[in-house]
Amino acid sequence: MVSEHSLVEARDLTKVYPARGSTAEFRAVDGIDFALERGESFGLLGPNGAGKSTTMRMIAATSPISGGSLRVLGMDPMRQGPEIRARLGVVTQDDYLDNELTVRENLHIYGRYFGLSRAVIRDRATRLLDFAQLQEKAGDQVETLSGGMRRRLTIARSLINEPDILLLDEPTTGLDPQARHILWDRLFQLKQQGVTLILTTHYMDEAEQLCDRIIVVDHGRIVAQGSPQELITRYATREVLELRFRLDERDTAAEKLRTSGLATGGNDAEGRVELLPDRVLVYAADGEAALATVHAMSLTPLTALVRRATLEDVFLKLTGRSLIE
Amino acid sequence: MLRVFRYWLTRYRRTWRGSIVINVLNPLLFLIGIGAGLGALVDDNAPAQIAGVSYAAFFAPGMLAAAAMQNAFLEGAGGVARAAGFGAYRSATPTPLRPEQLAAGHLLFITFRVLIASGAFIVVMAAFGLIGGWWALGALLGATLTGVAFAAPAAAWAVGVRKLRHIDTVFRFVIMPLYMFSGTFFAVSQLPEWIRPVSYLLPLWHGVELCRTLSLGTATITGSSVHIGYLLALAIGGFLLARVTYRRRLHP
Repeated sequence: MVSEHSLVEARDLTKVYPARGSTAEFRAVDGIDFALERGESFGLLGPNGAGKSTTMRMIAATSPISGGSLRVLGMDPMRQGPEIRARLGVVTQDDYLDNELTVRENLHIYGRYFGLSRAVIRDRATRLLDFAQLQEKAGDQVETLSGGMRRRLTIARSLINEPDILLLDEPTTGLDPQARHILWDRLFQLKQQGVTLILTTHYMDEAEQLCDRIIVVDHGRIVAQGSPQELITRYATREVLELRFRLDERDTAAEKLRTSGLATGGNDAEGRVELLPDRVLVYAADGEAALATVHAMSLTPLTALVRRATLEDVFLKLTGRSLIE
Repeated sequence: MLRVFRYWLTRYRRTWRGSIVINVLNPLLFLIGIGAGLGALVDDNAPAQIAGVSYAAFFAPGMLAAAAMQNAFLEGAGGVARAAGFGAYRSATPTPLRPEQLAAGHLLFITFRVLIASGAFIVVMAAFGLIGGWWALGALLGATLTGVAFAAPAAAWAVGVRKLRHIDTVFRFVIMPLYMFSGTFFAVSQLPEWIRPVSYLLPLWHGVELCRTLSLGTATITGSSVHIGYLLALAIGGFLLARVTYRRRLHP
């Protein structure tokens, strides 16, 4: 059985979309390797167009691979697609619920796609509606649900076949903070129950909350991997000083900082200055000390904030770009 | 495939009453307006042109076939493009169902819809005394086949369509002109001679002829076989193509 192997194993996995009309050939995934063990929560992190969703689709056996090898649940997605899909739960970026049907009917139809019997679906639907906190909405048309409710229904729906792996493609994009927190709570509960999660996100806090291990991808390649804490320790400093300047002062201030000791001190992980469109980041082991240095240079930032480094900083450091562009 | 059919049926359950009313009202209005209204004018002035039957009896089966085409195209192109872009196909793709099954199930449902609409049309025709007996059943199957012959190729094309206005364009510039050149409102023999061979190649002409000869009781084995063969070839060819295009769109 699968327990002997990894749940998902990719070697030199590649996806090339051939040229079509005016669009040139596109190498969406460019040779990535990873393995995923049972019970592990795994995050694919990267900016838009990095190849996250394409990787997810290949794992979900809904997009043929172009090169390398991929095993999912010990099977070959090219030849055993339906068998693999029968044991996966997939939450796509968009909900694709049927607005004209009720909440319960949506679950029912989906369960039927998996060939489950009516009795089994009825039983599971009741439990899943509890889990998704949608019991009172069971008979309502999906059209009337809020964004957060729709998302919870999509997740409930993806669990109707009691999947071995749950794939979530940007599960909380577009939700308000409160709805996100409810969703994280539900996903965390699933994780506690031993469901293996694979998720893509470009929210760092999401990855830190839900993932045991993270792969950072950019331009279809893996640029780093490890646990959230490992990545922060390895690629960022302990603290980050965020500075905002008046528009007319910003460029000169940035130039001064860039040529100061803050930018060049020690090895790369020790101190560095990052210029963003709206603010300047100073990476430092001690943020307060860095701020003192800034003041000593007679710069007057509008705001100054010392915070702990996050995965966002790791990504910035690795790719020189922020995740949400 | 049946699971997919069941899905479309579940949706249809919410709207079937309204859709049956439309299925009945549509032929009713056409037969009153064009069959009786325009028909009175035609019957008084040029009865010889249309094989010696009343204009209503001539026009009704033509309209039956053309309505089957129109219903099938709208569902097979518009319905499919919406399902592929943001609808049912998207939610079904991650399940064990294969793209080929999604195509087959949806086409089965479209066939069912065309069958219902054509059935309603024929009931209205019968009420006007324009059709009767076993010929009605033949015309029902003929109209349904006409619909499928349009729905399958339309679905094969539309599953890859990302801009819905392209479907409008095809409807306006391909489907609507077919009405004019396929003998729906007047016999093809009234068209200029040079254009007639084109008409004989049009799928709707085969549908119209099949339905009309069955409805008037003038069908011959040879003629009907040619029409059925032509329409079946379109339906089967369309479905085989759809199996390829569905996979290309849904499993990119």
